Amino acid sequence: MSFLEVLAIIIPAALYSAAPLIFTALGGVFSERSGVVNIGLEGLMLFGAFIGILTTLSIEDTVGPAAPWIAILIAALVSGIFSLLHAVASITLKADQVVSGVAINFLAAGLAVFLIKKIFNKGQTDFIAYRINKIDIPGLSDIPVIGDIFFSRIPLTSYLAILFAFFAWYIIYKTPFGLRLRSVGEHPMAADTMGINVTRMRYIGVILSGVLAGIGGAIYATSISSNFSAGTISGQGFLALAAMIFGKWHPIGAMGAALFFGLAQSLSLTGAQLPVIQDIPSVYLTIAPYVLTILALTGFVGRAEAPKASGVPYEKGKR
Amino acid sequence: MQKLLKNEKFMNALVPICSALLGLLAGAIIMLISNYDPVKGYGALLDGIIGRPKAIGETIRAMTPLILAGLAVAFAYKAGLFNIGVEGQLLVGWFASVWVGYALKLPTIVHVPLAILVAAIAGGIWGLVPGLLKARFKVHEVIVTIMMNYIALYITGDLIKRYLYAGNEKSYSIQKSASLSSQLLASLTENSRLHFGIVVALIAAIIMWFILEKTTKGYELRSVGINQHASMYAGMNVSRNIVLSMTISGAFGGLAGAMEGLGTFGNMNVLSSFTGTGFDGIAVALLGANTSIGIILAAALFGGLKTAAPEMNFVARVPSELIDIIISLIIFFVASSYLIRWIFSRFSKEGE
Repeated sequence: MSFLEVLAIIIPAALYSAAPLIFTALGGVFSERSGVVNIGLEGLMLFGAFIGILTTLSIEDTVGPAAPWIAILIAALVSGIFSLLHAVASITLKADQVVSGVAINFLAAGLAVFLIKKIFNKGQTDFIAYRINKIDIPGLSDIPVIGDIFFSRIPLTSYLAILFAFFAWYIIYKTPFGLRLRSVGEHPMAADTMGINVTRMRYIGVILSGVLAGIGGAIYATSISSNFSAGTISGQGFLALAAMIFGKWHPIGAMGAALFFGLAQSLSLTGAQLPVIQDIPSVYLTIAPYVLTILALTGFVGRAEAPKASGVPYEKGKR
Repeated sequence: MQKLLKNEKFMNALVPICSALLGLLAGAIIMLISNYDPVKGYGALLDGIIGRPKAIGETIRAMTPLILAGLAVAFAYKAGLFNIGVEGQLLVGWFASVWVGYALKLPTIVHVPLAILVAAIAGGIWGLVPGLLKARFKVHEVIVTIMMNYIALYITGDLIKRYLYAGNEKSYSIQKSASLSSQLLASLTENSRLHFGIVVALIAAIIMWFILEKTTKGYELRSVGINQHASMYAGMNVSRNIVLSMTISGAFGGLAGAMEGLGTFGNMNVLSSFTGTGFDGIAVALLGANTSIGIILAAALFGGLKTAAPEMNFVARVPSELIDIIISLIIFFVASSYLIRWIFSRFSKEGE
């Protein structure tokens, strides 16, 4: 098997599995940039996946192939609302943000499976009929070499995820809103003095993380798993959290890290067909993202620093 | 009453109790909304927790790892650290205990303590790493422990497949001489899986109380947890205390794993996802206000709820996930104790 053929297998697979991670990791960036740690990404993603499948199943008979796309939007909305719980607990009630995030994860898993059993009378949903399909981009996929690697057999959502990362970068670094969001996460008191509403900015940050994690989860469900059960989302949210940190709380970095983790995932799944890779025990590829994240934090792969006020509830007038 | 409400100790006990009650109340409301009978549901639940000797045996069995996981979270918390990696420490402890339990042939009196000790060491090492990284590189322990959880999950699975694989996604079973299970306890409780691990868990709870409240080291750990800078100026070695507290915390997590390996199951599966016990430990420690006695009570509540969930499902048709919802709501209520405290403080002011 030639090197290019190998690339034509693993790159599309990596892009395919990275899309949900990219959206969710970007959600994490918005939340943490505003100063709220969001361990609940996993739960928000899980809820997005659940709503995504539920919506697709209930509308696909009437709207056909558009169903998963509408479902992603609904999932974004519902997960955004769901994330309000984390916002209220950790911003207004000044609960420990990590604890509240852990509670979100428990609640999302419990509630989703509870509702499934209530609705379907079994532990998992039916399979959806219309998925987000892998497509060849017209024109671009005909380019020799590159077309096969980057523009064939890849769902549209992967490109949307990458485009959205650049959009998020623009929002966070080039707009007044982004400046305010970052200032609230770095030094809320200074921001408050300048007339920025700290509480409001943090609510927006957390809700955006819910919306994006919901999108991520729904994309995972409608493009990869095609149904929902208790085990559908098991760790992807934490992997996205890792991607956010490995990407140093920067949208483009988070996207790059998510792509890299997607690559590691696809290698551990498809590696058996590939020369060289097949000699590496797959466990090394599976744990690679987690080990790399620890190394990144330690400073061996360039030091990663969180926004200064991340994880600290803001109390007016407290020195 | 007013005096009581101003008493900090009383408030500390009141908040968890209110939270647990609110959580159960919310559970009842959810059952009502989704057309289940809450009286029947909670009746079945209570029956499944303490209704029969077997139910009691299973509740105590489920409590055992929860107590240890709760102690692990609480011990780190007292030193100002959040050990979210109990799950990983539990997994490596579980694996280590099964390995020692299977591979060695020793008399029971040596075998059981050795297997438990090795599990504690394995868990301790898994806690040591984030502790070292925190002390040396100021890396946030929450992220490292989450990552260590996944590393533990995949590595233990891989190690079982390589060295202990008995087929069908299971490891070999441990030798009889390493087992914590007991004919006596089983016969007392209609053949439940109750084992001697509960004794280990209770001893561990006493040890934690003793270390934290009665030793100089414990005083240092708590002082580092309350104010690192003050502790440093008082001449304490903050870094060393951080490492120590994460290591001991990890050891408790490893012990929780040993309870599963040597007691309940006698082997280990190649897991595809987490057991959840480590995460439940967070809920237990939180509800138990990070005290030994509170943790034992909270573990009894959560252990009972979890064991009885299938019965509630069987009798009242309520999906057993309701328990997860209740537990998560209890965590929310405890974490938002600000609200409960505020309401009570308003209450006491108005009386003046």
